[in-house]
Amino acid sequence: MRLINRHPGRSLALILGLLPFLLIILIYGIASQERLAENPNDKLLPGLEQMTAAVDRMAFQEDRRSGDILMWQDTTASLARLGMGVGIAALLALAVGLLNGTLPLVRANLAPLVSALSMVPPLAILPILFIVFGLGELSKVMLIVIGTAPIMMRDVAQRVRELPGEQLIKLQTLGANSWQVITRMALPQVLPRLIDAVRLSLGPAWLFLIAAEAIASTEGLGYRIFLVRRYLAMDVILPYVIWITILAIVIDQCLRLANRRLFPWYNAGGH
Amino acid sequence: MSFISVNNVWKEYGDQVILEKLNLEVDQGEFCTLVGASGCGKSTFLKMLLGQEQPSRGELLLEGQPFPGEPDRNRGIVFQRYSVFPHLTVRQNVLMGLELEQKPLLGKLFGSARRKALEQVDAMLESVGLTPAAHKWPHELSGGMQQRLAIAQSLIMKPRVLLLDEPFGALDPGIRADMHELLLKLWKETGTTIFMVTHDLTEGFYLGTRLLVFDKIRRDPHDPQAYGATITYDLPIGKNDRATFQDISDSVSATARNQAA
Repeated sequence: MRLINRHPGRSLALILGLLPFLLIILIYGIASQERLAENPNDKLLPGLEQMTAAVDRMAFQEDRRSGDILMWQDTTASLARLGMGVGIAALLALAVGLLNGTLPLVRANLAPLVSALSMVPPLAILPILFIVFGLGELSKVMLIVIGTAPIMMRDVAQRVRELPGEQLIKLQTLGANSWQVITRMALPQVLPRLIDAVRLSLGPAWLFLIAAEAIASTEGLGYRIFLVRRYLAMDVILPYVIWITILAIVIDQCLRLANRRLFPWYNAGGH
Repeated sequence: MSFISVNNVWKEYGDQVILEKLNLEVDQGEFCTLVGASGCGKSTFLKMLLGQEQPSRGELLLEGQPFPGEPDRNRGIVFQRYSVFPHLTVRQNVLMGLELEQKPLLGKLFGSARRKALEQVDAMLESVGLTPAAHKWPHELSGGMQQRLAIAQSLIMKPRVLLLDEPFGALDPGIRADMHELLLKLWKETGTTIFMVTHDLTEGFYLGTRLLVFDKIRRDPHDPQAYGATITYDLPIGKNDRATFQDISDSVSATARNQAA
């Protein structure tokens, strides 16, 4: 049988999927053990013991200086920034994308600007944001908004334009005005697509969040990683990276489930 | 004055002539079927009636007034596909037109106004045989049922003209016969004027009151687009004999071959 026609069963697929993870853990474990055997104070590849100790210190005990539980504080601070940034970006994308997608006059007016903005490397204007908005929360949220909104705007506009032309004509023959075309045809059909766009934008959003936190912050997941880097504290950095990854996966899956629940017609092939 | 008059209408895209010297008078309540080879301007003519396209020359009049330049609620349309809204259930799809008309801003009805409109919707669903599917999504319906829905959605607005662009082209032959019956029933009940484009000559030959054949009289074998099509046969249905059918069929397939060459 040709390789292209051989499909794994359920359990085999599970094992095949887990295998790379197990391999990475195994290789890391061996390397770490070897280094620690040579020098018990090695910081580069901490063992499970050191990492659990670090997690216990960061996530379950109050900081001796501030009395806060640091990992929890970092997580809420980062998630608040991420949520605000992505939320504002999504709302902007919806408004601009809908107008660009439905109204040719607005499209002629705004689409070139949106395209140009989406080409600006967001990190290059981070200094401008710090100068204009100061070093507080606003500049970090703005970086996420500026980094993710233009691409989502283009995506939403494109999705609106992909709706069959027949629908647009049909709605007009039912007497719809332009406003009703936007609110009753374009908006409801583009919402599930907006959620998909948000899911794709979460990667860049995390990037901008951590970059901004690394440069100017007093709390946050990115801030902490870059802070402890000075002490080569891999035992903190590695659990933090894993934690960020878990958060990203959970958010992504929540959005996927919300999409399924809220828009049953979309996921059943109704588009 | 007739309901719809077409006076010497031409449609051209650059050098390409689609339709030429089109003249037609249609009375209210007529059921015209438009047949012809692909590329003979049947759909273009339908789009002009809809307001999606404008004639390059000549005039198109509805009760003596020029046709509005964009689609409106007086002219319903059913396409071969994609004319229902996937994000609304069957009932909501039919309700849509009533909501848009009564609520220009919200586009939604609530309370007693909604209940009243829904009574109308349910009666319409009953007459197209979609009552059992009232709460389904369009993607759960078969092709024939989706077309029933598209027709119901248009007819609830009581349009003065109903335009059908190969509405049954994608359906199985058995289903198609059911749809013909339904369409004739609805046409008799509503008395609306219908224009239907079809590929299927037999369909055009017995459905409706009038058969319009779009064909090219002049053919340039070196440049198929040089001359446009016009109406070559305009026949009342019921008086057609076998020989006429054969004539039309031969002529249309000759044009089709010429277009393809």
